[in-house]
Amino acid sequence: MRFFFVRRLVLAVLVCLTVMVISFTLTRLSGDLAASIAGPNATAADIAIITRNYGLDRPLPVQFIEWAGHAATGDLGRSFLYHTPVWDLIRARLPVTLTLGLTGLAIALVVSLPLGILAAAREGTALDRAIMLVALVGQAMPSFWLGLVMIIWLGLDLQWFPISGVDSWQGYVMPGIVLAFSAIPALMRLTRSGMIEALAADYIRTARAKGLSRTKIVLKHALRNAAMPVVSIAAVQLGFILGGSVVIEAVFALPGIGYLAWESITKNDFPVVQAVVLFLAVIYIALTLLADMMNALLDPRLRG
Amino acid sequence: MSRRLPPVRHLATLLGALIVGLAVIVALLAPALVPHDPFLQNLDQRLIPPLWMDGGQPAHLLGTDQLGRDYLSRLIYGTRISMLIGMMTVVMSGLIGITLGVLGGFYGGRTDDLVMFLITCRLAIPLILVALTVVALVGSSLTVVSLTLGLLLWDRFAVVARTTTMQVRTLDYIAAAKAAGASRRHILLREVLPNILVHLIVVATLEMALAILLEAALSFLGLGVPPPLPSWGLMIAEAKDYMFFSPWIIMIPGIALFVLVMGINLLGDGLRDLLGAERPR
Repeated sequence: MRFFFVRRLVLAVLVCLTVMVISFTLTRLSGDLAASIAGPNATAADIAIITRNYGLDRPLPVQFIEWAGHAATGDLGRSFLYHTPVWDLIRARLPVTLTLGLTGLAIALVVSLPLGILAAAREGTALDRAIMLVALVGQAMPSFWLGLVMIIWLGLDLQWFPISGVDSWQGYVMPGIVLAFSAIPALMRLTRSGMIEALAADYIRTARAKGLSRTKIVLKHALRNAAMPVVSIAAVQLGFILGGSVVIEAVFALPGIGYLAWESITKNDFPVVQAVVLFLAVIYIALTLLADMMNALLDPRLRG
Repeated sequence: MSRRLPPVRHLATLLGALIVGLAVIVALLAPALVPHDPFLQNLDQRLIPPLWMDGGQPAHLLGTDQLGRDYLSRLIYGTRISMLIGMMTVVMSGLIGITLGVLGGFYGGRTDDLVMFLITCRLAIPLILVALTVVALVGSSLTVVSLTLGLLLWDRFAVVARTTTMQVRTLDYIAAAKAAGASRRHILLREVLPNILVHLIVVATLEMALAILLEAALSFLGLGVPPPLPSWGLMIAEAKDYMFFSPWIIMIPGIALFVLVMGINLLGDGLRDLLGAERPR
């Protein structure tokens, strides 16, 4: 048991390090970073100053070790654009993205759990197929386009929700729904297949033989066993949702870290880009680690 | 392996095949199909609505955009971009993912540990952000977008190739080939790969659909296919300022995107049922 946890933790740290190397290398792809920062109108002298000030003339491994060392202690560097510590920028915008991500996940769960259970209980019927069609539609929906359509329809025509910004909770409704669409297909399919599997198990037959009602069997006996994989996938999905919120934040002009990253990418603010990539990766790694450990605690069979 | 399907599933698969087939034909024959030059601007004829709306003109069935370019022609050329990106991405991500997955699944042990590690790392990387960054730094072009997506979307190929290889590895015909003295290369390419291909085709449809959606999203954010190319995502982005007065201008490319992706997914689902493959998560 302890061995499993230690091994899992070491793996998480190694993944973290690899992502750091990748996100660092990524921002060096353009070749001359200083020229990108200086912009198209900069003179050679400007570029030389920037190169020296940011230490870009040193060998890459040295730059990486310095960045990684600082990042490990929580110092993610300074923004080229805002001249403030990157961590302050991320911290200021994190609440928006987290609220959005959790809203999206909550909506996704509220939709996909009941529908997945219902589809499993009525497996093979027209209702099952209709519900699975929802998953297909969700999978094919371009999220940014859905966002725009909702802005036109619910925001402008019906005036139910504000079309941008997060001055009130209503601002999170439309982006939350759009974000939920990306998580619904996976969650719904998993709930359905988990329930189908659980409903075929021996103890369900026993429960049925005892004369328990169908509803009780589905909700009490089968759901308990089908819920576990859903919980762990929900954690993973939250990681994906947070990573994918960059598009939604751009559509709805929400000042979260996705928007920050997009802005920084278009304005060559590389310390911020590097940091946000790393930050989102760390959140994902932490969530999967948590899900794995929870699963191992609940189901001893999984401890490999 | 194939089993009888309920008719509804048949219809859905057929619909998917029809949509994808149509998209392939439109993409291939685009230059012959377009009624106008998709790049030709005509500022006297801006924002003409589609034919079925008030003010529509028979010369422009789907109207014209904010620069007076024929919308139907742009939509037709956009099919080309979507299909091209989808296919190029699938080829590249397929090569990477299948190689990794088959090696990990076949050799097991340390090799498999490494493959699993790479998959975990890939999943930890925020997909859209990294793709945006690469395109911003390397420069936006069709090739860059599909190479970037190809380098990022191999994880599901690897996962499925790995598990299915593990399943066939222990089967009799592999042991027979080994006993007959076949080389490892021969076993991997001639015995393992053909037998897991069914599952990989299903993954390929899913990844193609995803690649098309991602390209549209990247182009929408201004870091995908560069203007004046008529990528559907870019068409939506460019028309965004006019969507409040002319909602059709974002509806048309959006619906095209939705229908194509839906068609590819329907086809993939149908193939999965027909071929008896499992749905990869």
